[in-house]
Amino acid sequence: MIRAAVVFLAAVCALPAGAQDAKKEIERYQRMVSEGSPVELFEIGGEELWKKPAGPRNVSLEKCDLGLGPGVLKGAYARLPRYFADTDRVMDLETRLVHCMTTLQGRSLQDATRRVFGNEDRPSELEYLSAYIAAQSRGVKMAPGTRHPKEQAALELGRALFFHRAGPWDFSCASCHGEPDRRIRMQELPVLYEPRYARAVVATWPAYRVSNSQLKTMQWRLNDCYRQMRMPEPTFGSEATVALNLFLAATGQGEPYRGPGTKR
Amino acid sequence: MDRLRRTVVAALGAALLKPWAVLAAWNKEAFGAKTAPEALKGIGAVGAAPSKDIVIDVPQIAENGAVVPVEITSNIPGTKSLSVLVDKNPFPLVAKFDFMEGALPFVKVNVKMGETSDVRVIAEAGGKHYVATKEVKVTIGGCGG
Amino acid sequence: MAAGPMKMRASVNGGVTDIRVLMTHPMETGQRKDQDGKLVPMHFIQNVTVKLNGKTVVESQISQGVSRNPVFSFRVKGGARGDKVEVSWVDNQGESNRTETAIA
Repeated sequence: MIRAAVVFLAAVCALPAGAQDAKKEIERYQRMVSEGSPVELFEIGGEELWKKPAGPRNVSLEKCDLGLGPGVLKGAYARLPRYFADTDRVMDLETRLVHCMTTLQGRSLQDATRRVFGNEDRPSELEYLSAYIAAQSRGVKMAPGTRHPKEQAALELGRALFFHRAGPWDFSCASCHGEPDRRIRMQELPVLYEPRYARAVVATWPAYRVSNSQLKTMQWRLNDCYRQMRMPEPTFGSEATVALNLFLAATGQGEPYRGPGTKR
Repeated sequence: MDRLRRTVVAALGAALLKPWAVLAAWNKEAFGAKTAPEALKGIGAVGAAPSKDIVIDVPQIAENGAVVPVEITSNIPGTKSLSVLVDKNPFPLVAKFDFMEGALPFVKVNVKMGETSDVRVIAEAGGKHYVATKEVKVTIGGCGG
Repeated sequence: MAAGPMKMRASVNGGVTDIRVLMTHPMETGQRKDQDGKLVPMHFIQNVTVKLNGKTVVESQISQGVSRNPVFSFRVKGGARGDKVEVSWVDNQGESNRTETAIA
């Protein structure tokens, strides 16, 4: 039954003849949209937030250590996710920002994570900050942490989760992102466990999505994939999401970062 | 209540302190037209002559209709204005650009398209109107990024 | 000025100044429903003015058919490094914003 469903899915999603022209035209659309993208507005908003004193300690985030030292932003995003000794765990950008909000600014965890995903009228702090910080890694090769024992454990967990089938449809990430030439309507689905596909993907998130005029982050992207697989909502910044994030970033490592991107 | 008062004061202040922010013309009739012919009438461009000298650069296929990048250049000498319409939009007239003092008849703008439609550009030069169109296919995207 | 960030870049090349400006604005069509199912009222930029060294070079009238967070590119003949470019907008609710930059 499941096998029949997968075969049907593959048939429906196989690229029909003449689709190569469509593919080229869509790539052209993506290029033009990137060139005329308002994503930079989020970088500007993020810079303001980074420098703005907040929380009970009335302190900005400027001394936040994203892995390269307090306040060092250049190239920091490209080295995430990674292990942090002060928390003894692997963290991605968003979990690390929440950590800085609580430890530097004295905010409660509840306060810092009250609204992690925003909307088109009011982006969340993490969305603005992610855009700004990611932009400081433009041109830097993606090099997340893969050597520390906890990083390796997270990698293995991420890989296992990528292929683990669950939920009412028995889906895994690989159900959509596991074979070449798959698509959903006009959207091509990259094979995310293969470097040659993963590289372009990890180099362009976070991204401004024109379909809802919002800056979307990797935590959001994973959350939304789980929703589409009809699986329970993962906890924001959970070990599982960070592990998946690391698996994807590691698969795409070496690619020069060129985000924040602009996507459909 | 205090916030409302502050908003009103700010709005009044804005209107008083920014003379450049008021009294700008906006062609309500043309922008409110619900068909392309009516909109063209509103900008005085009925019977515009087709011209190959209006270059419209648009993607043939738009992954999403919320943002469709449009780049327009007019090579018609003396072009003073460019108007952009999306024929099948609920309100076809999207923008009108008037060029003066050395501005080139060139513009890039992102438009919304509700469905596959012609993008129509009107150029005004030497008191006459010219037109060119290009079709953009608008698709419904998938679910991902 | 409650408006969000606005950003402009202007550079001159071969006697032509390229201007690219980004604006934060919802450009509401009046047809969208919010999370409570209520129609969000029309709220969109109506006029965009471009000035070079204080002189108006482009006057634009735009509608809610322009995408949210509009991005425009314009070109002006002339202009030199250091010259001032200013872009301002006014919307249908009387809100406005402006930004200026020196040509690079």
